[in-house]
Amino acid sequence: MPIQYYIILAATLFCIGVAGVLIRRNAIIIFMCIELMLNSVNLMLVAFSKMHYSLGNTGNKNAPLNIGTDAQLFVFFIMVVAAAEVSVGLAIIVMMYRNVHSTDVNFLNRLKN
Amino acid sequence: MSLVYLVPLFPLIGFLINGLFRNSLSKTLTGLIGSGVILASFIVSVVLFLNVRSGGALPVEPLFQFINIPAFKIDFAFQVDQLSALFLLIITGVGFLIHVYSTSYMHEEEPAHFARYFSYLNLFVFSMLLLVLGANYVIMFIGWEGVGLCSYLLIGYWFKNDSYNYAAKKAFVMNRIGDLGFLLGIFWLIAKLGTANYNDVFANVSQLSPTDITGITVLLFIGAMGKSAQIPLYTWLPDAMAGPTPVSALIHAATMVTAGIYMVARSNVLYSASAVAENLVAIIGIATALFSATIAIKQNDIKKVLAYSTVSQLGYMFLGLGVGAYTGAVFHVMTHAFFKALLFLGAGSVIHAIHNQQDIRYMGGLKKYLPVTHITFLAGCIAISGIPPFSGFFSKDEILAAAYAKNPVYWVLGVIGAGMTAFYMFRLYATTFLGTFRGTEEQKHHLHESSVAITTPLLILAILSVIGGFVNVPEILGGEQGLHQFLAPVLKTENAEAVHELGGNKEFTLMAISVGVAVLAILIALSRYAKKPELDEPAGFGKVLAKKWYIDEIYDALVVNPLAYLGNFFKNVVEKSGIDGFVNGVGTFVQYSSRRLRLIQNGKVGTYILFMVFSILVLWCIFFYQEKIVIFFNNIF
Repeated sequence: MPIQYYIILAATLFCIGVAGVLIRRNAIIIFMCIELMLNSVNLMLVAFSKMHYSLGNTGNKNAPLNIGTDAQLFVFFIMVVAAAEVSVGLAIIVMMYRNVHSTDVNFLNRLKN
Repeated sequence: MSLVYLVPLFPLIGFLINGLFRNSLSKTLTGLIGSGVILASFIVSVVLFLNVRSGGALPVEPLFQFINIPAFKIDFAFQVDQLSALFLLIITGVGFLIHVYSTSYMHEEEPAHFARYFSYLNLFVFSMLLLVLGANYVIMFIGWEGVGLCSYLLIGYWFKNDSYNYAAKKAFVMNRIGDLGFLLGIFWLIAKLGTANYNDVFANVSQLSPTDITGITVLLFIGAMGKSAQIPLYTWLPDAMAGPTPVSALIHAATMVTAGIYMVARSNVLYSASAVAENLVAIIGIATALFSATIAIKQNDIKKVLAYSTVSQLGYMFLGLGVGAYTGAVFHVMTHAFFKALLFLGAGSVIHAIHNQQDIRYMGGLKKYLPVTHITFLAGCIAISGIPPFSGFFSKDEILAAAYAKNPVYWVLGVIGAGMTAFYMFRLYATTFLGTFRGTEEQKHHLHESSVAITTPLLILAILSVIGGFVNVPEILGGEQGLHQFLAPVLKTENAEAVHELGGNKEFTLMAISVGVAVLAILIALSRYAKKPELDEPAGFGKVLAKKWYIDEIYDALVVNPLAYLGNFFKNVVEKSGIDGFVNGVGTFVQYSSRRLRLIQNGKVGTYILFMVFSILVLWCIFFYQEKIVIFFNNIF
């Protein structure tokens, strides 16, 4: 499958994420949109990695074995970190709900007072 | 260190002591210090004069280097030769008498102001000595500016009176106009010759082109016009009467106004090399002499008459300089210093006696009450009118003879001016001293002869005015022309031969005519004003003269008001809406824009993210089209 499909898919996902962050006010949805952006980037990484893998192995017998696999490993790390981040983020949202009985981020624009 | 440095040092010390300790010195002590330092200078000057007389000019020794740059060097050096030695005597001698006179005249002042007065007076003498002694034009310029400053300070001595301050400002500004010309002349000289030392300049005159010489001399003469009150820059001198009377005497006789004469006489080598400049000097001189004499005829302020007579006499001196009679001009400076100081101090004595009344219409008959002042004043009047054997006759006659040798028209005009001089002086004399007293009864009651400190200088100056002319008796009267021989090393004397060629008879005739005109004028004046003085306001042409030909008004209309208007325009329009508008505009713009921009910081996360996204987009675009943008900007710049 050509790389352009992956790029278009990832860009679309990313734009949906951005739009969601910009438009929505519910903290949980914003959070999900952030995850969406994160994962669209992950998708890009994996896709480019795959592309490099195939490019690196065509007609090149001396290519190192690990070519094009770094990013796939890297993505796992990102997912682990993202999981940790999600737990922290959800905890913050829970605390927020307990305090203001809402998950609307616009309630939290009073940092200045 | 040579003796010459003591001459200006003494007045400087006097200035410092009187100026710094003015609050703690008693009046007696101030007067003693103020006069004493001038006396000390006078004694040193006499010693120097005798040295010069027996041994010629002293060598020029630099005290230190005033300006030292690769292009040229200016030494702080003094030059004592025949010319400056003579001026030293006049300045310190007459200056000393004026100081002594001042101790009595100014005695009613507060001690602090009394000391301030004497410190200014000392500084004045110091500046004038610097001017005369300097061995180059730059040192002369320092003194030149110094006397300008001191005249400002002294004319505005009674600074609580606004019109006096105005007169002081006027004197200062008028002088500045002339000083600019003088300064440009010096620059031109240094640019062409690389030096301002008199000796070097005069030795290298041949290196200058005729245009240079004419340009330099005319520019220097503009300086002299300001300082020596010649047309068109003369109007400050009559207004300078705002100062105390001894100051007028000092300005008119010993210092300040003679600076221009001294400068031209000092530069005689330059001036005699340029026919244009010589003619200009002569024409300006004779024009000023006649013009101010006409004004003097109708003035009623005793000091104003004397002031215009000074302007007129200065015109004679410049006529002398212009026709090449340098010695005659310097001689007239000397005799004029005697009789004009005498007349001013006499006028001061009169004013003092009748309690600050200066209008001669309210005087009259003072002969009886002020015998010493009367006799000395009369001597001064006769001297200035040019009646032999008083001093003014010899000096004026010498100038007139030289003028005749150059161009008879100058002589005719000069004789007319001399007649007017005699006329207005004796109008003044008759109105003031003859007839009956016209002041109030109270003033009459207080009339008294002035104290010894006032009458002694008057008597000394009167004696000098009478006999001062004998130092330079012309040959046809059996004299030896002593001053000519004395000044011969520094002044050109080519005109003396021209006068000599006139022949004894002709010279004698000229002399007789000018004396005859003067005597006639005196008789007319006495017969007209002795019995019934002119008390009414003048009408018709007399009014034009009394209003000084409306010259002040014309200057106001032509120069002062347009400049003031321009100044107001710049102040109110260009400054207010232009400069201020721009500066305030920048401030307002920053305030306004920051007030708007502040609203962006509204605390809403969404907005921040929106800006972030857009910024990233913009940065991404810039990055993407980097090359095109670079090319675009390269095209523009």
